[in-house]
Order: sequence, then C-alpha cells, then structure tokens
Amino acid sequence: MAQAKESGEDDIILKLENVHMYFGRVAALAGVDLEVKKGEIHSIIGPNGAGKTVMMNCINGLYKPQRGSIYYKGRQINDLKPHQRAKLGISRTFQKIELFGGMTVLDNIRLGRHIHLKTGILSGSIYVGKTKKEELKTRKFIEEEIIDLLEIESIRDKTVHMLPYGLQKRVELGRALALNPELLLLDEPLAGLNLEEVEDMARFILDINEEERWKVTCILVEHDMGVVMDISNSVLVLNFGNKIMDGTPEEVQHNPDVIKAYLGEEDLYATRR
Amino acid sequence: MPPGGRAWERSGTQIEITRNLTIPKLFLRQCKKYGKNKVAMREKEFGIWRPFTWQDYYENVKYLCLGMVSLGLKKGDKVAMIGDNRPEGLWAEMAALCAGAIGVWLFQDCMIDEVRYIIDHSDAKFFVGETQEEVDKALSIKDECPKLEKIIWDDPKGMRHYHQDFLISIRKVQEIGREVDKREPHLFEKLINQGHGDDICLLFYTSGTTALPKGALLSHWNMLTMGRNLMAVDPCYDTDDFVSYLPFAWIGEQMMSISCGLQVGYTINFPEEPETAREDIRQIGPHVMFAPPRLYEGMTRQVQVRHIDSAWIKRKVYEFATKVGYKVANLKFEKKPIPWTWKFLNWLAYITMQKKLKDHLGMSRLRHAYTGGAAMGPDHFRFFHALGVNLKQIYGQTEIAGISIVHRDGDVKFDTVGTPIPQTEVQITEEGEIISRSPSVFQGYYKNEEATRKTLVNGWLHSGDRGFIDEDGHLVVFDRSKDVMTLSDGRPFSPQYLETRLKFSPFVQEAWVVGDKREYVAAVMCIDYSVVGKWADERKINYTSYPELSQKPEVYNLIQKQIEEANKDLPEPAKIRKFVNLYKVFDADDEELTRTSKLRRAFVEKRYKDIVDALYSDADTVHMDTTITYEDGREQRIKTDLRIQEIKI
Repeated sequence: MAQAKESGEDDIILKLENVHMYFGRVAALAGVDLEVKKGEIHSIIGPNGAGKTVMMNCINGLYKPQRGSIYYKGRQINDLKPHQRAKLGISRTFQKIELFGGMTVLDNIRLGRHIHLKTGILSGSIYVGKTKKEELKTRKFIEEEIIDLLEIESIRDKTVHMLPYGLQKRVELGRALALNPELLLLDEPLAGLNLEEVEDMARFILDINEEERWKVTCILVEHDMGVVMDISNSVLVLNFGNKIMDGTPEEVQHNPDVIKAYLGEEDLYATRR
Repeated sequence: MPPGGRAWERSGTQIEITRNLTIPKLFLRQCKKYGKNKVAMREKEFGIWRPFTWQDYYENVKYLCLGMVSLGLKKGDKVAMIGDNRPEGLWAEMAALCAGAIGVWLFQDCMIDEVRYIIDHSDAKFFVGETQEEVDKALSIKDECPKLEKIIWDDPKGMRHYHQDFLISIRKVQEIGREVDKREPHLFEKLINQGHGDDICLLFYTSGTTALPKGALLSHWNMLTMGRNLMAVDPCYDTDDFVSYLPFAWIGEQMMSISCGLQVGYTINFPEEPETAREDIRQIGPHVMFAPPRLYEGMTRQVQVRHIDSAWIKRKVYEFATKVGYKVANLKFEKKPIPWTWKFLNWLAYITMQKKLKDHLGMSRLRHAYTGGAAMGPDHFRFFHALGVNLKQIYGQTEIAGISIVHRDGDVKFDTVGTPIPQTEVQITEEGEIISRSPSVFQGYYKNEEATRKTLVNGWLHSGDRGFIDEDGHLVVFDRSKDVMTLSDGRPFSPQYLETRLKFSPFVQEAWVVGDKREYVAAVMCIDYSVVGKWADERKINYTSYPELSQKPEVYNLIQKQIEEANKDLPEPAKIRKFVNLYKVFDADDEELTRTSKLRRAFVEKRYKDIVDALYSDADTVHMDTTITYEDGREQRIKTDLRIQEIKI
C-alpha cells in the first residue's frame, strides 16, 4: 500500500473547482470539487453513469465544462486543448482500448512519445546529428523504462489486434507512460482482466506511483473495490454527478451514504479477496 | 547438399585435465587467454544483444567473489542460487566456486516447500536470487533455515520496500569486492590456487521420481573430465555460439555452460526473457544445442500445427519435402548409400522447405543437437532427421556429471541412445540394470550414506534403468527398472515407450499408460489445450475451460484416433483398450511431474487410484474430487465426472 504523503497547498497538482458539465439538460457533473495531491493515487468510484469518465474527459480536455475551473499545478487549464494538456504532462488511458490495432506494440508506444519530439520532416528523413541523438534517447527511454517495466519484451513486434485483451491494456498503459507524464488518468485499467492480470496491473500502477524514476500522480477510475481500497491514498465517491464524499479508503468504507449509494448492503469491496 | 559437413574436420581445442585442475583455475586461464579480444557471453537486454568479453566476465566474477568472501563466505560453504538464465547467474556460480564454495542451483519454478527443503538440507549460507520473487521465497523460509546468512539479489525492480540488513544487492557485493581487491590485490588468485580437482564444486538435487530430492556431490574433476570426453566425440570451437536458456539447476545446462563451455571457450548467449527464448535462439542460430525431449516435442507440435493451418501450396510442398526427408533419413539409419535421384530430391526438399523451417526453429547453423534427460519417442526423432537436423541421443545421470553415452555422427539409431564416451564403461547386470564407470562418477549423496551405498558399488554407478546392449554395441534403454510393466501374456513392456508414441500426436500433451499385471493396457490422456482448442473452434464446438473441453465426445473421438494410430504396430496385449481424458495437465507444481518433466508414476498412481480402478471395471464414468495447486501456492477444489471410452480392436 502506498504511503500517504503529508503536504501543504503547494503540493496540489490538480484542482477542480465547482465543475459543471451538462449534456442537454442532464447534469453529468453538478458542481464537483477535487484536489489531487502530488504523488498520491486518487481513486474515483461510483455506480455506472455517476460521471467518472466525464470527469476524466474534463481533466484531459476532451470535454469543456460549462462552469467551474480546472487548475493544473496552479495554472488554469480550462481553455487548453487535449494535446496542449498532454504536453504539460497529463496523460491517460481509456476504458475501451484506443490503440492502433494494425500497428505493432512498439509503434503504438512510440506514438505516445511523439509530442516530445522536436525533429522536423527534413532532418528526420536524413537522420543525422540532433535527430539521431533524439531517436537514440527515445529508444533507450522506451526500452529501459517502459518495456522492461511492463514486461512486454516478448510482444514488442506483434501487431496489437492479435494480442489478448489483458496485454492490450498493458500496451495502452505503456503508451500513456511514453508521454513521461506527471499526472496519469487511468480509466478502468482493470476492467475485463483475469485475476492474475489484475494483480500484475495493480503492481505496475504501484511501481509507476512509487518508483523513484516515475513518481507519477495517478487518478484511478475503477470498479474493483479490492484493488481501489488497497492501493489508493484517497477515494472520491460520485453519484449522479454529485460528490458524496472524498476521504481515505477507511473513511469511505465506513460512510453510511457511500454504502447505501454504491457499495450496497454487503461488503462488495471485498469481492476479489 | 545441406551445409555443415566440413566443420567437423577442424580440430577442437583440447585442454589437458590434470587432477589438480579446477573449474576456477581453468576460468582464470581462459580469461587470460582471450581477455578483451573475445566475447564470452551475450545477453539480450532492452532489445539489444549486449556482449561481455572474457575480461568483463573476469572482473565481474572477481569482485563478486571477493565481496562474498568479505561477507563471510568460506571454503566448503554452500551458495544456493535461483533465477532465470542470465550472466549474473553464471557469475555468481563462478564466484562461489572461486571462493572454494559449493554451488547449489534451484529450479526457478520451485515451490516454497522444495526451496525450504533444499536450502535447509544443503546447509546453504548464501542465497543468490534474481528478482523480488526469489527474494520473497528466501524471506519466507529464512526463519526456518537458521544457517542462511545473506540473501543477495540482482534486479532492483520492486525492491524499494526491502530494508532487512541481511539483504544485499549484487552490485553492492561487487563494490565491497572492489575495495577488498584494492587492499589485497592477489587475494583472488590465491583463493583460486587453493582449490584442488577433487574438491566438491556442485551439489545437485536430483529430480527424484519417487522420494525426496537427493543431493549429488560432484567434484571439479568429475565436471571437467565429462566435458573433455564429450568434446572428444563432438568437438566444438571457440567461434561457436551456444544459447543458455534451460534451467541451470539441470545438469545438462551445467554441462554445456560450464564443463564444455569453459573448456572450449564458445560464446554463451542468454535470451531476454524466458518467453522470448524461441525468437532469440533464432536470432543467434546456435551451433550446438542440448535440450530435454519436451523442447523438441514442442517444436514438432508447433510445426505440425502450422502445417495444418497453412495454405494449400505450402502444405503440398511440406508434404513432398517430408516424404523425401523421411526416405533419405531411413536410408541413413540403415547405413545404405543414397542414390543420386534421392540426393537430388533431397536437395530440392532442402531449398524449398527444410532451409526455411530450420531457420524458423533456429537450427540453420546447428551442427549437433542433443536430447537427453528423458525418453524421446522414435517418431519425434525421425521427424528431426527427416528435416536434416543431426539430432542425437544422450544418456546419463546427474550422478555421472551429465552424460555417459551418446550417438556418433553417421551411427545414429533412433531406438538406441548410442555408445559410451571415452573413458567410460557401461555394462548390464544380471538383473538387466545399466551400470557405468568413469572418472565423472559422483562422490556420493550429501548426508545420505544409505542411498550412496545403494547407488555406488565398487565404483560402479547403478542407474536403476533397465536396458540392453544391441548387436552394434549401442545401448538401448528400456525404462526405469521399477516402471517396467508385465503384460497379460507375461512379456515385459515399457510404458514410457508407449507414452512417447502417444505424445507424437500434436493433440496429446501428456499421457500415462497403466496395465502392470492386468488383463489389458489403459491410458490416462491430457489433451493439449491450445491445439485441441483450436481444433474445436474450427468445428464450432463450444467450451469454456480445459476440463470442459477434455470431456467433449468429439474430443474423445479425436483422442481415440490418435491412440489407434499409436496402437497400430503394437503386439495385441500391448494395445490400449480403454482411456480417459484427464481434467487437467500433469504438472510439477502438483508433484505429478518432476521439475524436469518426468512422470512420477508412484505418485500419480496413488493420486488417481479411482481413475485406474474405474479403467479396470465396467464403469463408464468416474467421479473425481481433488484439489489442484496454482503456481503461487493457492489451491482449488475440483469436482468433476470423467468419461471412460473403450477402443474396439
């Protein structure tokens, strides 16, 4: 389990203030506040349709909230486009895999790195000097930091659509990491995985969060309560676009409103144990 | 003609093995000889083959050795090692030997009970593991093995929360060693010079098909003479490549990487991960290969399945080429001259199919391929010869440092294991047991006088295998003496022979034949999940799991066909009359197989007594209620009904 870090205002990497998001007259998010501290794993839970993915989309810029502000490292980012936010260090994975099926694993991961490459078409085509250096650095980064971490050596040259679902999820994470993010949004990374794959993925998330090399802050949307309660520092509970509570896993597990709204009568969060 | 004929004529590097020579002394000599000018090993890491010269090898071993000595390792202490094949593994072993310590290798997939038994029984003082996984294993048994002092690890991944003071990384040990070397620059050479050829260098825990593992003690002299004698038969050269990917805990791998590798000085290549081994082997294209039959069986299955899948034209070419290949191979087996028409056809087969296929299997440059450690079916054997691969049998035991018998080039018979290597005598006792004598015969079992006395009689190693020597002087291994069955007509019969024949079918992964002193022979079959699964997909047969698939009537009929094929040329009483498909595959974690994938007959007989009883009754189903163990130690209870099918003959 990750250790909660004591920290002040400066350590807040992401802040949402009174964010509203409407689709027609449906309020997907009705005034949600969130503060994510640097270095923590902050989970968002809630029943289907609670607005979890909408919130992710607002953070990374796919949706523009009608009201409210989003601050990243103290800077308001409401008006930034997704790729501009990516450049600032916000990366994400998707609930449904959004990889390029016909491309190899390596190419998909390289694509995640593209935004940081400075080479133009001309210098890229002759591959000398700076370009060469940059390419070598990229290769080293991807091989040593990502492929080794995610243990996908054996599939690096396979085309993605030929791979089993669990491995595709891993590749998706790899691509998000290629961006070298400071904030990583993980949208249901464990959905559809078997028990062993869940354990592996949870370990990878912890590695990314704790390992000196990475220290990535994670926002995790997930239904697997066992894992959420095990690895999160704080948990935000959403229901119909409203925040029910935001607290430590222990607090959340014992909050009667949460139990009523989401966890149900029985200890559902213990399903995987 | 297929290439590879001429290389044998070059002379091999002969090293004089004296009684005083040890593996570390030889190591030192080779390091001085090759230095920075030759690559000793390569490891694929981060997608690139990374070379280590003999100088790198020397320095890594030296500092590791001095570091371990400064941490308290003394002559005669045991160093237990576990992990995938990688340079650091070999360095650790060599470092331990240089310090005069004794190496004990464990299989990577050892369950915690086996680890505890071996660590405790061997009195290991140091434990060298690769990753967090191995460290966790060591930590969980540390309290029960008080003699264990230090745990050394290699890969920092996941180790950030481990702060116990008996844990130390290989890098750190080497740093300590570097400091020691600055203070005492001649200590390393001094340590090496203290060794003698009769000192014990390795303690090998044998797989043990019946009881607890026994620790065989092997001396430097044993290992080195064995390597020399094998190299005298099939010389290797220092320009050769060898891929080390089978467990170091298996004597065969030690024999290739240490006994032969060090003497010859060939380059040892380590794959990136176990999962990438096949692709990495293809990239290297080794000159020599030694693997247990199951590896070759896996390759055969892969080829057979790909053949079923491929396009019409490719299938036809393959069928033509194998037909020619079998014909030519048979002529060679019979030592008859090959008519020029067949030579021409074989050339055609080579350029259209064999060349490509051999490249895919990583066998393009292969001069010698050896199989040993278990029985290999004649069908598999002929398959490789039909491909033009010079596959040869090896027979030996851990107790004789690996090998005593091998096929000679041009004198390969698929039902024998060959003739003794130099300095080795093999005889058959009156009871039919195979016994052998050579300088490589081991020093006894560790802390087990009784077993030593039974196995070593007047310098003769009693193998427990039954066999005979044929008219050409080749040894034929029948089976383990205690496994030989008696058929209904009183004739002896080898269940292993029948099992290997059954396993030639790509649909069959494991088979177990019963019928000792019974009125007929029966079999318990384990289907190959991926191959049968694919077959079922094509026929739109629905299934969700292995147990369900194995019980489908269509699958039963499929397996029956495979059995009928194997039954074909067997005498009447040896034919399989009844069989059952098991709900799982035999697994070493369930103690049904040894770590080298040999069936533990006595154990399965006890475990599946209900099934055997049902096979010899009128029942057509048998109810099973057992638990299976997963790799991480978890257990699951299984309740199922298995159908019994009868085969009309």
